[in-house]
Amino acid sequence: AAAESSDSEEEDLVSCGTALQPLQEGERIKKPVPLQEQTVKDAKGRYQRFHGAFTGGFSAGYFNTVGTKEGWTPSAFVSSRQKRADRTILGPEDFMDEEDLSEFGIAPKDITTTDDFASKAKDRIKEKARQIAGVVAAIPGTTAFDDLIGPSKITVGVELLRKMGWKEGQGIGPRVKRKPRRQKPDPAVKVYGCALPPGLSEDSEDEEDEYQPENVTFAPKDVMPVDLTPKENVHGLGYKGLDPSQALFGVSGREHLNLFTGHSEDTNNLLGDLRHSKARKLGITGQAFGVGALEEEDDDIYATETLSKYDTVLKDEEPGDGLYGWTAPKQYKSKTRSEREVKYIGKILDGFSLASKSSTPSKIYPPPDLPRNYRPVHYFRPVIAAGNENCRLQKVLEQSTGKLESDTTQQSRHALNASQRRERLGETGLKGPAPSVLEYLSEKDRERLREVKQASEQQMKAKILPQQSRISRFQPASPDDASQKWQMLLGGQLANAGSSDFKPFAKNPEKQKRYESFVKSLKQGEKDTLERYLDPSMTEWERGREQEEFFRAAMFYKSSNSTLSSRFTRAKYEDDVDKVEVPRDQENDIDDKETAVKMKMFGKLTRDKFEWHPEKLLCKRFNVPDPYPDSSIVGLPKVKRDKYSVFNFLTLPEPTTSVTQATKEKIQENNSLNKPKKPSRWDVSDEDKEKKDSISEFISLARSKADVQQQPPVPATEECGTGPSETLPTEVTNEDKDQEEESRPSMDLFKAIFVSSSDEKSSSSEEESDEEQQPTTSVIDSETTKQVDLPDSSSSNVQENVAATTDPGVSLMPTSKQELDATEEFGPKLPPAFSSGRFYRFPTSFPGPSRKEKHRKNREKHKTKREHKHKKEKKKKHRKQKNKGKHKSKKSEKDSSSDSADSSDSLSDTDTTGLSPKELLRR
Amino acid sequence: MAFPRPRPTRPELPRRRVRTLECGQGAVRAVRFNVDGNYCLTCGSDKSLKLWNPHKGTALRTYQGHGYEVLDAAGSFDNSQLCSCGADKTVALWDVATGQVVRKYRGHAGVRTRREGRGGTSSIDSTIRCWDCRSRRPDPVQVLDEAKDGVSSVKVSDHEILSGSVDGRVRRYDLRAGQLYSDYVGSPITSVCFSKDGQCTLAASLDSTLRLLDKETGELLGEYEPLPHGPVPPRGALGGPPPHLVPPPRRYTGHRSTAYRLDCVLSEQDTHVGSASEDGNVYFWDLVEGSLALSLSVGRAVVQSLAFHPTLPCLLTATEGHVQLWREESFQPEGDTA
Repeated sequence: AAAESSDSEEEDLVSCGTALQPLQEGERIKKPVPLQEQTVKDAKGRYQRFHGAFTGGFSAGYFNTVGTKEGWTPSAFVSSRQKRADRTILGPEDFMDEEDLSEFGIAPKDITTTDDFASKAKDRIKEKARQIAGVVAAIPGTTAFDDLIGPSKITVGVELLRKMGWKEGQGIGPRVKRKPRRQKPDPAVKVYGCALPPGLSEDSEDEEDEYQPENVTFAPKDVMPVDLTPKENVHGLGYKGLDPSQALFGVSGREHLNLFTGHSEDTNNLLGDLRHSKARKLGITGQAFGVGALEEEDDDIYATETLSKYDTVLKDEEPGDGLYGWTAPKQYKSKTRSEREVKYIGKILDGFSLASKSSTPSKIYPPPDLPRNYRPVHYFRPVIAAGNENCRLQKVLEQSTGKLESDTTQQSRHALNASQRRERLGETGLKGPAPSVLEYLSEKDRERLREVKQASEQQMKAKILPQQSRISRFQPASPDDASQKWQMLLGGQLANAGSSDFKPFAKNPEKQKRYESFVKSLKQGEKDTLERYLDPSMTEWERGREQEEFFRAAMFYKSSNSTLSSRFTRAKYEDDVDKVEVPRDQENDIDDKETAVKMKMFGKLTRDKFEWHPEKLLCKRFNVPDPYPDSSIVGLPKVKRDKYSVFNFLTLPEPTTSVTQATKEKIQENNSLNKPKKPSRWDVSDEDKEKKDSISEFISLARSKADVQQQPPVPATEECGTGPSETLPTEVTNEDKDQEEESRPSMDLFKAIFVSSSDEKSSSSEEESDEEQQPTTSVIDSETTKQVDLPDSSSSNVQENVAATTDPGVSLMPTSKQELDATEEFGPKLPPAFSSGRFYRFPTSFPGPSRKEKHRKNREKHKTKREHKHKKEKKKKHRKQKNKGKHKSKKSEKDSSSDSADSSDSLSDTDTTGLSPKELLRR
Repeated sequence: MAFPRPRPTRPELPRRRVRTLECGQGAVRAVRFNVDGNYCLTCGSDKSLKLWNPHKGTALRTYQGHGYEVLDAAGSFDNSQLCSCGADKTVALWDVATGQVVRKYRGHAGVRTRREGRGGTSSIDSTIRCWDCRSRRPDPVQVLDEAKDGVSSVKVSDHEILSGSVDGRVRRYDLRAGQLYSDYVGSPITSVCFSKDGQCTLAASLDSTLRLLDKETGELLGEYEPLPHGPVPPRGALGGPPPHLVPPPRRYTGHRSTAYRLDCVLSEQDTHVGSASEDGNVYFWDLVEGSLALSLSVGRAVVQSLAFHPTLPCLLTATEGHVQLWREESFQPEGDTA
C-alpha cells in the first residue's frame, strides 16, 4: 500500500524542465560554465562578441577585425599595376557578413517596403483592430480601400499651385516690384494665414534686392512659417539642444558648437534645412556599423565631447557671426545695413522678430541757449589759499581777471579749503588735535588773549612792518581784526609749541630756551612779559628781530602742524609717560564664578556685562545701527593705569578702582547720562572678593606693604577699639578713608598670617589685635556710609554702624555648635555642596588661625554682648538679608544712593563684614 | 488660508545611515552644511576643501590652495563664496564656481574657526578677527581680543558674534546693543552655537557637558551630561575640593569630551541637543528634559565634526577619513544612484 501510494503521488507530481542526466559511476560533476566563458555564436557557429558601450552591437568580422583569423587580408589581392582599370572599389558590403545583408541585418538587401509605401498602421494590433472595425462598420469593406489608396507624395494643393506656375521656394501672391517696397513697406502685401511678424521676410528681401534689375517683377518671397510651438522647457530663451546631426556629421567636428546661434545659417535658405547643404552622404547608416576604416572622419563619431566645445555663457558674438553671418554674400558685408539692423546687433531668437517701432523715442533736450557774448574759451583761475602769504598775489590775480571778489562768502567752491567744504557739507571734523586752542579756552581767557595780542600788536607795529602791512592789506578795514587774526593763527600752535618737541632753534640752546619761554608767555597771555624773555643784552633792533623770528617760527610750526596733525594720530603709548591704557572693565576673577558654576547657579553670578564698541564698518556690514554713534572708542573702553604694573595683567581689583569707590560711583552717575553703562557689578563686589579669594589677598598684601610704610596706623583706631559704642570717626577725611581702606585687608592678613604662626601669644597681644581689627571694620563702615552721601552722620546711623561692625564678632561663635548655627543661617538658601565644600577646605591647611580666631571671638563676644544684645535680632535679619543681598548686590548698590539709604547701608555692611577675613579664614 | 496647516509631526532624529562619503582627503577635520543644507563642505587634512552634494553622494569640486590642513569652512549666504581657514594661519575666501581664492587673510597665529556672511570673522590666538569681505582691506576690521585663551568656536547671527573660548567663557558681542556679555562656564569651551530661535546659546565644554544658556540673562536652562544629572567630574585642582574628597572618576560609557575640540549641534527644530563624542558616538539629548534620547554609533574613532541640516532631520558626521549622512527612520531615498 505504501508503494502504491507513492506511485500515485509520483503521477500527481508535475515535472518541469529536463531532468539531469543520471550520474555515471565515477563521473565528475560538471561544473557550470562560468559567465565569462559563455559565448554567443551565430547560426554558423561564429563568435559574436558583444561590445561597445554606446553602439550596443556586436563586433564585426573576426574578433573585431575584418575577415579572417589572420586579420586584414583582402580576399582577392590584385596588383593594381596590371589591372588598374578594373580595380574594384571595395564597399562596406565586402566586409559584411551574410546575415548583415539579410532582412534583419544592419544593411538589409532584401526588398522591403519603405516607410513611404508602408501602410500607416504599422503595428499589427492596430491593424487587426482596424479590420475588426471594418467588419463592424456601417459600410463594410471601406477600410479595404484605405489599403488600396496609397499615400501620394504631393498634395493636390501643391499640384494646383505648380500648375499655376508656382515654384517651390516662392511665395504666394501677385508679383511685386521689389525696389519701391524696400523704402516703404507695402501695406498691400497679402499675407495669408496669420499676420507675419514684420521684418521676417523683409530682411531677407533686402539682401536679394541688390542683385536684381529694377524693372523686373518678382514673385513674392516665400515666408517662413511662424513657429507657434509653445515653450515647454526651462531652457533659456533661444537655447536649442545639441543637434546630433550637426554635432556628429555637421560642419566639422572640431568646429566650435554654438548652441545659441541656431538659425544663423537659416536666413538664406529659409527652410533652414541643414542637411541639404551640409549633410554628408553616408551610404550605409547603422548604429552598430560605426565608421569604416576607409572613411576619413572617424573622429566625428568617437569625438570626445568636452564641455569646452559648448557655449555655456551668453556673450557677445564675434563680428561677422551675426544674423547675416558668413553665409551673407560678400558685397553685403561691406554695405551699410539698414538702421534697424545697426541698432540691434545680435541674433534674433526663435520666434522673435525685430520690432518695427522703437519702444519709446528718447527725449532729446535742446542745448542751452548761449549768451550772446559767450566766448568758447576757458581760462583756468588758479586756486589760491586764503593765506596772508598769498594775498598779494591773489589780489593781483583778481585784478587781472577783472573780477574782484568783494566778500569771501561769494567765493567759488574751488576756493574753499577742505575744512570749509566740510562745514558746508555738515561733516564732522577729522580726528586730531584741534586746529586752535582758542576753542578750548573759556570766554575769559579768550578775552585775555586778545588783550595780549593787542599789546603785542602795539609792540610789533613798528618792528614788524612787512607783516603788518601784509596783514593790513589782507584786511584793510580793521587792523585790530587783522592782529587778532595774527593771534588766531598763532593760537593753534600755542597749544603744542610749549610741550612739543618742535625745536626751531635747537642749535642755540639759549635761544631755544628763550623761544620756549616766549611761546609759553604768549600762551599764558602775559602781554608785558613778552619782552622779558628776550635777551636783555641785545640791542633793541636785535630784540625786535628775534621776536619776529620767534613769531615766524611759531607760525611755521603752526602751519605744518595743522596740515599734518589731522593725518597722524598720536602714539598709543607715549614713551615718557608711565601710564598705559588698559581695558576699564575686566572680567573679574573666576573664583566666585567657579563656585557658582559648581552650584549651577548660572546667570547673574557668572555673567559679566561690558560696554563694547563695535567698529563702525562692522556695524555697517552687519546692517545694524551703530549703538554708539558718537564714540570713537573701539572695543572695550580703556582707562589709564601704571604702565609697568603687575596689576594690569591680573584680573584683580586694582587700587584705582577699589579705593575711590564712592567717587567712582559718583562719576559714573554723572556719566550715566551719556553712557548707558551702569556701574558694573564687579565694581561693587570688589570688597567681598578681595576678602574671599586667596590670590587677591596676597596681592593686596604686597600692595599694602607699601601703604603701611607710608602711612602710620591711624590714631582713630585706638578710640574705636576702646569704645565701640561711642561715636565713630566718621569724620575721617576722604583721603584717609581711602588709605585706610587700602591698608585694611593688609592688617587682617598680617594678623591672619603672623598670629596664626604664634599660637602661644600672650593675651595682651591678642587684645591688641582685636582692637586693631575692630576699628578697621568700623572704618569700612564709616566709609560705606559716606558712600551713600548722607549729608550728616546722624547718631542713629552711627549706631547702626556700630551694630553692624560688632556683628561679625558676635555672630561668629567659637563653639562648633555656633558654627553649625551659622551654617544653618546660611543654609536654606544654599545647596549643601556649598557649605560643605566651603567648610572643609581650609581647616586642614590653616588649623591654627581658626582656633585662634574662635578664641578671640569668644572674648570679643563677651565684650560686646551686653551692649548689643538688643541688636542681635537685627543682626539675624541682616544675615538673612545677606543672602539676598549677595545675589542682588549690584542692585542694592545701585539703589544705595536713593531713598533706601539705611537699609542698603546695612546690607552693604553685612556684605562686607559678613564675609570678613576672619570668617574667610575660619572656613 | 483655506488649507489646514499640516499637523506638526513629531520631530525625528536622524537614526539611519543613508550614505557614506569617502572623502579621500585624509582626516576630515570638519564637515559643514551650506546655508540651505543642500551641499556640504569637508575640510581635509590634505590641504584640500571639497564641496559635496551629500544627498546624492557626489563630489562637486575640490578647492586646493591652503598650505596646511583645512580646519573649518563655511559658505556665504548667497552660496557664491566659501570661506575656509587652515592651519597655515590664513583665512581663504573662495569663489565657488571658479575654485579660485578670491582673498586671503593673514594675521592669525593659528586659525580655528570662522564664519562668513557679510563680514567674515574668524578666530584663535585668543582673538576673533572680523574681516571685510567686500573691500580689499587686508587687515581685519576689528580684533576682538577679550578672550584670555584660544577661541575655539565662533558663530555669527544677524547682529551678534558668539564665541567660546578655552578660558571657559562664552562671550557674546551684541552689535546692536553695543554690549559684551561674558558667561563663565568654567571648563574650556569647545563649541558654541545659537538656537534656531535665537534665544539660547549652547556651549559644549571639555567636562563632557553641554550647557544651554539663556542668551539674555545667562541662566542655565539645561545641562546635558553623560549620565543625566550625575556629578560633573572636577577638572583641575583649582577651586575643587581637596583630592581625597573627590569621588573616583567614573567610567563613562556615555558621552566623552575631554581632549578634542568637538562640535555640538541643535536639531532643526531645537528639540534636541547633539554632540560628538570621543567614543565614536553621537549623542542626542532631549532639549527640555535633558535625557539622553539617542546615541548613534558612528565609528570607532573620535567623531571629529558634526553638522545638522538647517531644516531637515539630517546629520553629517565626520570620522577619520569619511563623512556619513544620517537621516530619520522614515526617510526614503529617491533616485538613489550611488
